[in-house]
Amino acid sequence: MGGREANVVLLDENGIRSDGRKVNETRKVTIKAGVLKNASGSAYIEFGGNKILAGVFGPRDVHPKHMSNPDTGILRVRYHMEPFSVGERKKPAPSRREIEISKVIKEALEPAVMLEKFPRTAVDVYLEILQADGGTRCAALDAASVALADAGIPMRDLVCACASGKAADTLILDVNNEEDQAGQADMPIGYMPNLGKITLLQLDGVLTADEYKKCIELGLEGCKQVYEIQKNALREKYFSSGDKD
Amino acid sequence: MKKFESKKRHVLPGDFITTAPLRLQGNVVLEGKRVIATSIGLSDVSADSVRVIPLTGVYLPKIDDLVIGTIQYIFGNSWFADINSCYQGMLLGQDVFGRGSYPTTSEMKERLDNGDIIYAKIANSDRQREPLISIADQSLGKIDSGELVKISPTKIPRLIGKHGSMIQSIEASTNATITVGQNGLIVVSCDETNGLLKALAAIRMVDEQAHLVNLTDKVKKMLESNGV
Repeated sequence: MGGREANVVLLDENGIRSDGRKVNETRKVTIKAGVLKNASGSAYIEFGGNKILAGVFGPRDVHPKHMSNPDTGILRVRYHMEPFSVGERKKPAPSRREIEISKVIKEALEPAVMLEKFPRTAVDVYLEILQADGGTRCAALDAASVALADAGIPMRDLVCACASGKAADTLILDVNNEEDQAGQADMPIGYMPNLGKITLLQLDGVLTADEYKKCIELGLEGCKQVYEIQKNALREKYFSSGDKD
Repeated sequence: MKKFESKKRHVLPGDFITTAPLRLQGNVVLEGKRVIATSIGLSDVSADSVRVIPLTGVYLPKIDDLVIGTIQYIFGNSWFADINSCYQGMLLGQDVFGRGSYPTTSEMKERLDNGDIIYAKIANSDRQREPLISIADQSLGKIDSGELVKISPTKIPRLIGKHGSMIQSIEASTNATITVGQNGLIVVSCDETNGLLKALAAIRMVDEQAHLVNLTDKVKKMLESNGV
């Protein structure tokens, strides 16, 4: 995605990355819950240069009926990049990558949501990427969790996500677009901190067994930081005056 | 070690509430020995049970709930009503025309047509079918007039108040008749416009501020003031 800049210095001699971050530092993350009035639940996230809108609808009727499950509700996820989200116009039709990411995010959310109380219904999650800058699947997953909680869908835990990786032979946290293009590995991780379970784990690149373990630990640190931001976004919407009833 | 917490606390999905062996009531789940909240809301721990009072979420029909619905269409011998839930309420023709009757579609349309608003009771709600509703009781049936308002179903208990205190105080000071559905739909009728607007404003206030303290006082103050 986007043009490749020649001669980008991914890591300089002081351990500072191309965008000024240290190796274990994430980009700036802001999340706002409840931004769409017509959705059951929604969230907007800015994760570095990524800008993503998540809308949740449901539980609601399933059409076509044969897709419904008589014992439990089903989860449907659509990850879609806007044509203007990347440097070179992306065609609006779902690409193989978008279909894959939709599936992966759905499988990352399924262990968290509890839809047994809503048989024969569906919960639809729409993730619209307005601006992409590396790590969109993690940012989209972060927004989806907040939107699901905002919709009142029962969840065992929020799912937080962050990618770790390797660039210039060093393990780094939160891979941006340039590091993804020119780096050696990119590992998005989805995690439920209270339950201590990983729900999304992908690796694009090559790592040794030892690097892999360290990369996961680094990624989980990033996930936990995003978790706090997700919770604060929900607290801000629902508990903002700080007063309890 | 038993942790007993009597104070209500703000919780988010995944937050730990207690490890005490209590009966799980609503919006909580047991993970090992830990009771975890599954909704955004207020945790409520009592001597023998634990639950979370949710602040958001769709209405799930429960038997004997009184709900307000809008007739969507007629199919077979039943009306199907939108009850602001993920399920539609099914009102049998026999409920209105009597047991063993087989009313025609036009007979049914004459009694209740598409778009009519009804006050009904959830007669049956099981996992395999759409919930059955009934308007057989005296106080139930078609609602002819009034303003229809929709608020979050999770705020309805707060709108009703303890033993009906909040809703009665709104009705008393505005001379309005307020029909409250557990599914978040409310019908307000009042002869005076001022009373009607005040009642609607009070309902809006409860919807927006149900989770804050001193709501009863704030609503009382608003109702006593002259403007809206």
